[in-house]
Amino acid sequence: MKILVIEDDREAAEYLEKALGEAGHNAHVARDGETGFELAGRGDYDVLVVDRMLPKRDGLSVIAGLRARGVETPVLILSALGEVDDRVTGLRAGGDDYLTKPYAFNELLARIEVLSRRVGSKDVETMYRAGDLELDRLSHTVKRAGKEIVLQPREFRLLEYLMRHAGRVVTRTMLLENVWDYHFDPQTNVIDVHVSRLRSKIEKGFDAPVLHTVRGAGYMLKAG
Amino acid sequence: MPAIMKTTAARLSALFLILFALCATVLVFYMSSLSVRMLETQTQETVAAEVQVLGRAYQRGGLPLLVRFVETRSRQPGANLYLIADPNGRILSGNVESLEPGVLEIDGWTERSFEYRRFGEQQGAANGDEDAAGTGQRHRAVALVLRLPNQMILLVGRDLGEPEIVRDIVNRALILAFGMMGFGALLIWFFVGRRALKRIDTVSHASQRIMEGDLSERLPVSGSGDEFDRLSEKLNVMLGRIARLNDGLKQVSDNIAHDLKTPLTRLRNRAEGALSGKKSSGDYREALEATIAESDHLIRTFNAILMISRLEAGYSAEQTGEVDLAEIVADVVELYEPVAEEQGVALEAAVSGKAPVTANRELVAQALSNIVDNAIKYSAGTCDAPKVVVSLRTDGSSFTLEVADNGPGIPEDDRERATERFVRLEQSRSQPGSGLGLSLAKAVMKFHGGGLELSGRNPGLSVKMTFPGESRQT
Repeated sequence: MKILVIEDDREAAEYLEKALGEAGHNAHVARDGETGFELAGRGDYDVLVVDRMLPKRDGLSVIAGLRARGVETPVLILSALGEVDDRVTGLRAGGDDYLTKPYAFNELLARIEVLSRRVGSKDVETMYRAGDLELDRLSHTVKRAGKEIVLQPREFRLLEYLMRHAGRVVTRTMLLENVWDYHFDPQTNVIDVHVSRLRSKIEKGFDAPVLHTVRGAGYMLKAG
Repeated sequence: MPAIMKTTAARLSALFLILFALCATVLVFYMSSLSVRMLETQTQETVAAEVQVLGRAYQRGGLPLLVRFVETRSRQPGANLYLIADPNGRILSGNVESLEPGVLEIDGWTERSFEYRRFGEQQGAANGDEDAAGTGQRHRAVALVLRLPNQMILLVGRDLGEPEIVRDIVNRALILAFGMMGFGALLIWFFVGRRALKRIDTVSHASQRIMEGDLSERLPVSGSGDEFDRLSEKLNVMLGRIARLNDGLKQVSDNIAHDLKTPLTRLRNRAEGALSGKKSSGDYREALEATIAESDHLIRTFNAILMISRLEAGYSAEQTGEVDLAEIVADVVELYEPVAEEQGVALEAAVSGKAPVTANRELVAQALSNIVDNAIKYSAGTCDAPKVVVSLRTDGSSFTLEVADNGPGIPEDDRERATERFVRLEQSRSQPGSGLGLSLAKAVMKFHGGGLELSGRNPGLSVKMTFPGESRQT
């Protein structure tokens, strides 16, 4: 995947370039808003990672400018600001996701990978499948090996999100944001308990595990 | 500008003085010129009427009758001026002894007043008091000069004594008016300057002391409720808020210094420990993972501190919208229910109907989840059937969210302290947490204009979050 990182801090930018490279991506770095805007304007990147405070042109203006020019590349905003409504202003400017510094690299990576799939996303599909596990979005039913599994509404949405991003790492924060629509930081491992409940429902009595814990990162739904 | 003019009182007084003086002058001059003109018209009419009478006498009896008429009229008290002269200007008859030269050469109305002496003025009786002063006194008059067909000159005039008296009165009125205005300006200066503006001075002195660093100083309030009091009260509220923010800031920096130093030291020690001696790669990995976990904890604490400070800095309507408290309760209870069950705590929501308030959904959810989190944590394993109930009540406009548990509770003396930053009561030292959960919840409630209240349940603790009705305090 081709990723453009617009970040003015040299060390942070170099680290991202290297770490994204190790994760199998091709990352480029722009050190100020103008350069970033020009590079991103060519439109051949899969994901943009944009810091909010940049020299020459600030991040939000870069994003708004790109959107105005019809560049629809998914954008992940990085910000050191933590105001209550920062996320809202960021997303309103045209960003697709928002991450507050300091962040865990695994969180950033997971979000980038999910973002890149947004273009031509699976949103329109009515049926998700992973091995012998299938989820029907229209009839709200889940079956494994042909046998129906009864889930609570929230468990259904949790599984739906995991299956939409099957094969990708999904972090706890991403789950809280996308399944519960909350962005705060619950002090306890509430998400873990929800996931393990779901796991017991979709794995108990079946041979192969499908819901995997990825150490230090989150979860991944993957068959076989 | 002279020093005295630098005070508002003096400037106001001067302004009033000038304005009033201007008005008075215009008014007085208008009135006086009006009355002078009126008197002049009257004079001319009187003179014209006399001339007519004399003219008819002349037509009837010629010069002799005219002279007789003039003589008779001249002797009447308060008489007009009468004069008959020959073509050379010699006075033949009348009550005028002498005239300013040139007057008799005029034909018609004298354009301006002239000086004359009245004949036989030493007797004094004819012209009243003003002439008693002495003989030959000069007077001013206007007159109509006519040439009779036989080249004789007839002059009928009227003394200008009266218009001059009017002018005199006007002048005196002006002096009086100016005097009163001067006095008025002094009064204004006294009341505005000495009393009202003095209070502004006290306010400015008080603010000087505040600027010099005494944030506990407040502006004086006289209790009269006037605009100065209102201003002082508003400024005092503002000062109170600044002082609170200042204290908060100071406390935060103290706390940051104290509470972040400990984990930072641990972090450093761990890194040092990992570097010293021979270690396997597994050891390194373990040390690094522990380091990351520790720094995550630090970041979390730091975020909470920042958030509390920002919330305390003030309310902004942009960050709020209409939210349903009932929905938030349902969400949070649903979020925590599995954790509660895992820890053997029964978590229930007692909510019915909608509860619309103007609030920030994220913040309220976070505050409630902090409280529920605490309730579960502290009641777990403390009795046979630990139970946490989240209930929502309303008294019409305001709403109260209550999280009640049947755990050990908090001793009454400690309850107030429990919501302070970083305060972790002795009994809770063993539990994980930043010690900021309740302070954050309290900051959130204050941000919304509400409050957070802890009370005992015997056994257990009740935490009430109150949301005010529509009339929000900003």
